Amino acid sequence: MLACGQKAFAAGAIETLMDIFIQQLVNGITLGAVYAVVALGYTMVYGIIQLINFAHGELVMIGAMVAFTLIGVLTPLGVPALPAVLVATLCAMTACALLGYAMERLAYRPLRRAPRLAPLISAIGVSIILQHLALLVWSRNPLAFPQIVKTESFALAGATITNIQIGIIVISVAMMLGLAWLVYRTRLGIAMRATSQNAQMAALLGVDANQVIALTFIIGAALAAVAGVMVGSYYGIAHYTMGSALGLKAFCAAVLGGIGNIPGAMLGGVLLGLVEALGAGYIGDFTDNVFGSNYQDVFAFMVLILVLVFRPSGLLGERVGDRA
Amino acid sequence: MSDLLTCSGIGKSFGGIQALAEVGFSITPGEIYGLIGPNGAGKTTLFNVLTGIYAPDRGSLVFAGAQLAGLKPHEIVRRGIARTFQNIRLFANISALENVMIGRHARTRAGLLGAILRNAATRTEEADSESRALALLDLVGLRERANDAAGNLAYGDQRRLEIARALATEPRLLALDEPAAGMNASETRGLRELLLEIRGRGITLLLIEHDMRLVMNLCDRLLVLDYGVTIAEGAPAAIQGDARVIEAYLGAPAEA
Amino acid sequence: MVLVALALLALPFALAGAGTTWVRVTNLAILFILLSLGLNIVVGFAGLLDLGYIAFYAVGAYVYALLASPHFGIHWPFWVILPLGALVAALFGALLGAPTLKLRGDYLAIVTLGFGEIVRIFLNNLGSPVNITNGPRGIARIDAIRIGELSFARTDSFLGLDFSGPIKYYFLLLAMLVAVIFINLRLQNSRIGRAWEAVREDEIAARAMGIDTTRIKLLAFAMGASFAGVAGGMFAAIQGFISPESFVLVESVMVLSMVVLGGMGNIWGVILGALLLSFVPELLRYTVQPLQQYFFGRMLIDPEVIRMLIFGFALVLVMSFRPGGLWPSAVRKRELAARSEDPA
Repeated sequence: MLACGQKAFAAGAIETLMDIFIQQLVNGITLGAVYAVVALGYTMVYGIIQLINFAHGELVMIGAMVAFTLIGVLTPLGVPALPAVLVATLCAMTACALLGYAMERLAYRPLRRAPRLAPLISAIGVSIILQHLALLVWSRNPLAFPQIVKTESFALAGATITNIQIGIIVISVAMMLGLAWLVYRTRLGIAMRATSQNAQMAALLGVDANQVIALTFIIGAALAAVAGVMVGSYYGIAHYTMGSALGLKAFCAAVLGGIGNIPGAMLGGVLLGLVEALGAGYIGDFTDNVFGSNYQDVFAFMVLILVLVFRPSGLLGERVGDRA
Repeated sequence: MSDLLTCSGIGKSFGGIQALAEVGFSITPGEIYGLIGPNGAGKTTLFNVLTGIYAPDRGSLVFAGAQLAGLKPHEIVRRGIARTFQNIRLFANISALENVMIGRHARTRAGLLGAILRNAATRTEEADSESRALALLDLVGLRERANDAAGNLAYGDQRRLEIARALATEPRLLALDEPAAGMNASETRGLRELLLEIRGRGITLLLIEHDMRLVMNLCDRLLVLDYGVTIAEGAPAAIQGDARVIEAYLGAPAEA
Repeated sequence: MVLVALALLALPFALAGAGTTWVRVTNLAILFILLSLGLNIVVGFAGLLDLGYIAFYAVGAYVYALLASPHFGIHWPFWVILPLGALVAALFGALLGAPTLKLRGDYLAIVTLGFGEIVRIFLNNLGSPVNITNGPRGIARIDAIRIGELSFARTDSFLGLDFSGPIKYYFLLLAMLVAVIFINLRLQNSRIGRAWEAVREDEIAARAMGIDTTRIKLLAFAMGASFAGVAGGMFAAIQGFISPESFVLVESVMVLSMVVLGGMGNIWGVILGALLLSFVPELLRYTVQPLQQYFFGRMLIDPEVIRMLIFGFALVLVMSFRPGGLWPSAVRKRELAARSEDPA
C-alpha cells in the first residue's frame, strides 16, 4: 500500500504542527471510512456464520477493476463523468454481488458442517483464485483511474481536503446508514440478526438460513465493490494485489470494533484509519527517525495483536471465547 | 470424618443471569453423591466450576484440604478430579486406546526430548500407560475395540470409553455428567455395576443423572438444584418425599 | 525400503545428467518438504492454523545470512548457525504464541498472518538508519557450507563421481530430511504427540484430561518454527543471496497448500503434497510455455499464474471433496500384547 497519509502532507509547505495534525486527521478519516465499509463485509459474514472470509479483500479489488475498466470504455463514448462513474459502480456492485454469491455457494456452503479450519482454508484458496484470475484478465500492470473527475482542494482549518476525500466520506457514511437501516429496521435485517444469534431457532421460526446467508454475502460484496471504487479513485490506481492488504486491515478494523458487531466495524474502521495516519505522521518524530512512515502497514497488525491480547471482544463486542 | 470436597457459597452468573447462587455441599470419601434437578437448574455449570472451566464469581471449593477456586482445569485434574461430559467429548479420530492413554497425560512426564530419543524411562512410561489403558478398557468392556476410532463406537460404548478415559487420570473424585443418557435398560444396569466397581476401587463418585431409578438405587446422598439454588439435600428416601423437590419437577402444586 | 534408499542416493547423478538445474529444483523441493513437515506439526498435529509460517523461515535465513557473510564480516561455521537459527525461530514462535494461543483458531490465523507481514516489513526497512538487514536489496555473498576442508561451493571428485555443490547440498538435505521424518514419527507417537492431537480434536476435553493446552500449543508452535529456522538457514546457504522478497505471504500459503493437499497430520501425505506442488510448477514451466508457443504462437498464460491457480483450486477442492487430503491420516493402531496380560 502507498503511504497515502503523506501525499497531501508532502505537498504542503511549512505548516504548523497543528496543521499537520489536522491534515492527518482528514486523511485518517478518509481512509478509515473506506476501512469501515470493507470491515462491514467481514463483520456481517462473521456475525452470521463465524467465518473469516479471506476473499473479501479480493472483492474490493475486483470492484475497482471492473469499475475502472467500464469508465475507461464509457468515457471515450462521450458519456459524462458522473453518469459514467455511477454506471460503472453499479456494474461493479452487481459483478461483486454475483461473485460473493458464487463464493458462498461453491466454496463455503458445502463446508458449513466441516471442522472450523476447513472453510478458512477454502477461503484462502478463493482469495488466491480471484487474485490470479484478475491478473489474467487485467495483467500485472496497474489500471490508472481515468482522469474524468478533476481533483479540487479546499482549505479546512489549516489543512486541505479534496473533493474526492469529501466524496468518500459522504458516500461511506451514507452506506453505513443504509446498512444500519437494513439491519435494524427491515425484515431481512431481523432475519439476519436472528440467524446470527441462533441459526436453528431462526430456522424454526421460518427464516431460510441459506437465503439469509447468501444475501449477507451479496450485500457485503456490493459494499466491497463501492469501497474498491473509492479507494481506487483516492490513490488513482487499481492493481490486482490491492485487495489483500486492504482486506487485512479492514479485518483488523472489524476485530478492533468487535467482530460480528456492525457499529463496531464502523468505529473500528475509522479508528484504525486515524491510528495509521497519525502513527505514520508522527512515528518519525517519536523515534528520532529510526522508524519512518514506511512502517505504516505495521500499525494495523500491532493494533490487531494488542486488541486480541487485551480485549479479544473488541471495543463494542461481546465476549469471544470457547464454551464448554 | 473429613470431607473429600467441600463447596460453600458458590455463585456464578452469566451476563446478569444467575446460574448458581450460594450453592454449598460436601462429599465424604467413598460415597456416591448425586446431583439432580430440572433442566437448566445449574448442574452442568456446577460441574464446570468444579473442574475449572469456569471460575466461580464467589465461594470456595476445598478438595482434599486445598482450595480449587481459581485453578485451571489441568491443575484440577492433577489434584485428582476427573470428569465426563454430558454431550460426549471424545477425541473422535483417535483410537479408543489412545483416548485413554491421553488421560494418562497428567500422570506421565515424557517431554520432547524423551519422545525423540525414546530412552529407557520413556519406553517404560509408554508401556505402563498402554497397559493401564488396556486394563481400563477391560474394565469398561471395550478391550476388543481398542484400535477403533472413538468416533466409530456405539453411543453407549462412547459413554463408557469416556469413563475409562477419565479414570486414566487416576482421580480421587470422578464427576460424571449424565452417564446413563441415551442408554437402554440393560446398558444402564451394566453402568450401575461399573460405577459400583469403580467405587469399590476407592474412588468417590459425583454424578448428574436424570434416570431417577438409577439415582435412587445408586446414590448415598443427593443434592437437588433448581434455578441455581439448593432446594434439598439428603438421602434418596428423604428427597423423594420432599415437597419442594416434587414442586420443582412437576411444576407448581395444583391450585387447590 | 533399500530400493528407495538406493534410488534416492543415485538420483542427483541421474538428474545432473539432465542439467544441474534439476538438482537445484530437487534441493528446493526438499527444503519445502522440511518446511511442510514443520508446518504439519502446527497445523496437522495440533490443529493450529499458522498463516505466517514463512516468517520463521525468514528468521532462520537471516540469522544465517547475517552471521556468515561479508555484510557484518562475520563468518561463523554452519553447525553453530543452523541450531542458532532454529533456536531464534523457536523463540520468535514462542514470543508470538504466548499471547495469542489462547485465542480461537481463526483469530490465530489472522494474527500469524499479520506477524508474517510485520517480519517482512521490518526486514525491508531495517536497512536504515542502522543497516541490519540491508533492506530490500537483501544480503549477498552468503558463505556456502563448509565441513572442515570440504566446501560446498566447489566440485570434488570422489569414487569417480563428480560431486558438484548442488549435489553435496542434496545429500546434506537428504540427511536432514531423514532426521526430520524420524523426529516427526517419534513425536507423533508420543505423550506430546497425543496431547497435540487431543488439542486438535477437542480443546476442552483435552484440558479435562490434564493437558495444559496453552503450553502444549506453544510447544507445537515453537517446534514448527524451529524446523522452519533450520530450513531457512539451508536456503540462505544454498542460494548465497536472500532478500525479503523470498518471504512473502504467498510462500506461507504455498507451504500450507502442500500440507493440506497432501493430508494434514499424515507425514507421508505431507511429503507427497510438497513434492507435487514443488515439481508440478516446474513441469508446467517446461510444458505450458512450449505448448502455448506452439498453439498460439505466443505466451498467453504465465506458468506462474497457473501455479497459483492450482494452489487456489487445490485448497478449495480438497476442502470440499477430500478434506483429509490426497493421503489422509488414518487412525493409529497399536500392536497389542496378548490378551492374557495381567492388567496393572
